[in-house]
Amino acid sequence: MEEVKLLGTWSSPFSYRVLWALELKGIPYQYTEEDLYNKSPFLVKCNPVHKKIPVLVHGGKPICESMVILEYLDGPWPHNPLLPSDPYERAVARFWAKFADDKGTVIWTMFRSTGEEQKEAVKGSLEMLRTIEDLALGDKKFFGGERIGMVDLAFGALAHWLGVFEEIVGIRLLEPESFPRLHKWTKNFKEEPAIKENLPDKDKMLSNFRCLREKLLASP
Amino acid sequence: MAGASSDLKLLGAGPSPYVNRVQIALNLKAINYEFLEEKFGSKSELLLKSNPVHKKIPVLIHGDKPICESLIIVQYIDEVWTSGPSILPSDPYDRALHRFWAAYIDDKDLRTAEGEKAKQLAVERIAEGMALLEDALGKCGKGKPFFGGDNVGYLDIAFGSSLGWLRATEKLAGVTLFNEAKTPGLVAWADAFSSHEAVKGVIPETDKLVELAKMFKARAQSQSAN
Repeated sequence: MEEVKLLGTWSSPFSYRVLWALELKGIPYQYTEEDLYNKSPFLVKCNPVHKKIPVLVHGGKPICESMVILEYLDGPWPHNPLLPSDPYERAVARFWAKFADDKGTVIWTMFRSTGEEQKEAVKGSLEMLRTIEDLALGDKKFFGGERIGMVDLAFGALAHWLGVFEEIVGIRLLEPESFPRLHKWTKNFKEEPAIKENLPDKDKMLSNFRCLREKLLASP
Repeated sequence: MAGASSDLKLLGAGPSPYVNRVQIALNLKAINYEFLEEKFGSKSELLLKSNPVHKKIPVLIHGDKPICESLIIVQYIDEVWTSGPSILPSDPYDRALHRFWAAYIDDKDLRTAEGEKAKQLAVERIAEGMALLEDALGKCGKGKPFFGGDNVGYLDIAFGSSLGWLRATEKLAGVTLFNEAKTPGLVAWADAFSSHEAVKGVIPETDKLVELAKMFKARAQSQSAN
């Protein structure tokens, strides 16, 4: 069995997408916490193009970009698949995973901005949540159906990071009355043992992201 | 099993490289389909119904099921029509490499800009991307003509679909993006890709795209003036 390494950071939802996937599949791995202000030579060697985490290293070979890694994992480890087997269902899953990546940045914009820019980002975030609520989840327990799949992991930031951002900026987006399905999903998602046992500490997140927001707003 | 014409519809427009990706994939698998051209500047009822989230082309409609996003459609085609040549590589690691570089291409801005300074920066940025892709061609293709090896594969389609507009950009901006000295592999690859059976006739002629670009620019300028 070839060695699996994960290069990540404790506060990144992208890092956690991969960590959760490894836990869900029961794949043993060695985790290395990277300091993004002082990137390790190994990280730069594994991801020379972007120099970003997460990076999965399998048998010495690096795979970069969280969604590329998630697609990869079902290959060598087909049990507890992250993607459905039906081609149409797979296309739908990939659509929503891409949506999570493309549209998810608007929440980050809300977090790191003020004034007019933040107002626009709040509007965009609510539209994004509305689309997911109305079109993506249906009446399923998870986006993946009965079990957590790739799309659930892609939307993972909504279950844990969004609450932290909401608290810091003082704006509530994911109201249970407005988004009942999505709200229920966040509860179900965080109840799953593989997720529940692998979530960054909320107080540590609040402190870290509060500090980061100040830094971002102060810089030009 | 080839899809019957009535069973498969592609909503698109000829000059869109994203639509071209799907056409190339369908050609590789020798699949018949009906092409429904979306008029520039308006969106059909069928498009709005089939892609309510983004309202964009391409959309592949298979029976009554719509599939959206060009590369997702290409993967769908590969997974449904398994009797034709494979588009994604069979090895999971090679698949990851193709997906990584396809994401890189979609994220990388391959357009140039107006104004000498901005244009210079844009050309440098594109050249940087081309150098990385030259290297990727060696690693993925392993000395063969395509990123997919002997055959046109996923990354060939992802990148090759932009060849028309890249060539149009060379003419419009008066720059050279495909440099024989710096990226000889990509120069040879571009020729091989463009002349491939599945690609011929899909990507519009460079001169046509140059004309279109001029038309879009004129239209945008007159709209902003009003």
